[in-house]
Amino acid sequence: MISRDPISFLGSVDPRTGVVVEEKHSLAGKSIKGKVLVFPHGKGSTVGSYVMYQLKKNEAAPVAIINLETEPIVAVGAIISEIPLVDMLEKNPYEFLKDGDSVLVNGSEGYVELLKSEGGQKEE
Amino acid sequence: MTAGCADRAVPGILRPALLNGIKRVNFMYLTKEEEQILNGEAGETLRQAIQILVALGDIYGADRLIPIKSAQIAGVSYKTIGDAGLEWISDLEGQVKVPATLNPAGMDLEDWERLKISPEFAEKQKAIVQAYKKLGIRCECTCTPYTLEGFSVSYGDHLAWSESSAISYANSVIGARTNREGGPSALSAALLGKTANYGFHLDENRVPEVSVNVEFPLKESDYGALGYVAGKLIGNRVPIFHLKGKPKADELKALGAAMAASGAVALYHVKGVTPEACRMNFGEPEEKITIERSQLDEVYESKGKEPELITIGCPHCSADELKKAAELLKGKTVSKETWIFTSRELTKRCPEYIKTIEESGAKVVCDTCMVVSPATNSYSCVMVNSGKAFAYVPGMCGAESVYGNMEACIEKATAGKGKKAGGSH
Repeated sequence: MISRDPISFLGSVDPRTGVVVEEKHSLAGKSIKGKVLVFPHGKGSTVGSYVMYQLKKNEAAPVAIINLETEPIVAVGAIISEIPLVDMLEKNPYEFLKDGDSVLVNGSEGYVELLKSEGGQKEE
Repeated sequence: MTAGCADRAVPGILRPALLNGIKRVNFMYLTKEEEQILNGEAGETLRQAIQILVALGDIYGADRLIPIKSAQIAGVSYKTIGDAGLEWISDLEGQVKVPATLNPAGMDLEDWERLKISPEFAEKQKAIVQAYKKLGIRCECTCTPYTLEGFSVSYGDHLAWSESSAISYANSVIGARTNREGGPSALSAALLGKTANYGFHLDENRVPEVSVNVEFPLKESDYGALGYVAGKLIGNRVPIFHLKGKPKADELKALGAAMAASGAVALYHVKGVTPEACRMNFGEPEEKITIERSQLDEVYESKGKEPELITIGCPHCSADELKKAAELLKGKTVSKETWIFTSRELTKRCPEYIKTIEESGAKVVCDTCMVVSPATNSYSCVMVNSGKAFAYVPGMCGAESVYGNMEACIEKATAGKGKKAGGSH
């Protein structure tokens, strides 16, 4: 799932359901639960880190996060919630990933693998 | 195929020297002991703690971890961190390695019923404080930790603090060094006794970037109004102020608190006043801002409904401020709900002032404040003498805020009531 907009976990995401509740957000009304979530970076209150933890406890968290360049709120939230997170990829994720693609994110070794693209064909 | 190689990756071990054949550069040096902690050899809590510090250090280009003298931890009010925060803190184990204390909670921990806090909230709030206590953290919930006995801070000390006004005070007024830590990173630093060496720990990031000139005299709440106006213009930069006259410690506290709320100022200098401005030979920044009296008047004249609640003590009142409030309230009776916030330790040091204030019907409240307590949410307009509270009350409490100095606040609080002795109440 791809978001062009930065995400503030405090206030923009319902911690019980994972649904984006910020009205003018490009993901408004959609759930980030179980998704590999691509967004540029976090924003807003540092309490957002705890909201990521709450999402995880409620089984409503993304399964992995890809940021263009992460910042402390999301990085700390990912660590305490044990959500794999990678950033500063060699290729721009907005260019090689599309909404609906299947991707593998390896947070301990730090890479992203495109498994199946939206169009159905496997890219090499 | 590997579509892209990440430069940083969490969780997991963040720091293999080589990643997919590419040498990682700009990563922190860790001692052998720190590497072992990162590998989980000192348990899960410390592994997570050091992972947080290393992730932040890597993001900001720190070279290593450095020892800290103390930690001050935000993320205490149940109103702000909720069940998620409570669960995370409760799951941690171990003891802090340096003196550590807490930010204000959502209620007075000893007398929470007085501000009509619900029993459900009180139970959760107590559980949060208890979870911190279990980790060896002092549970004095205050935004002015620098006034606490046994928590002294000196010039050049490295700290990991997270309350924005206390950060500003420590950095600017004392000349200590702390970044704007979040709750989890300050707690991690406390558990390890260390923080990552970046940002305001380094000389080069403490140099003024913008000059602010104020050519009219300022007094007391004028500093909060100035901070409110200046913070919006300064953002997260380091300003150097040129002021007429020498502000007192409480006035600097108010200035810094307001700039950290309306902007993100963590360090400021005042020419001829603050320690680094006196010791370092700072040049004059190119960018100059001039603040006019009319800009401060706009803060005082901000229109709102008739205030239903008067609040003083953001940041928590000092002994001098309690004295002044007591003098203004002596022999009077308040006609409006009036709350005066301070640290519990100061109420014990200043029992006479507290008695006088309470005799007026105003309430002295500890461990919390008008911004982080849910009690404020049931009022539609709050009068404050703090630039920080003025900035935060609308967004955090859903109430309007209007501004006045302490005299105006007390006048509003006691309006319509005569002296007690006259029997007019």
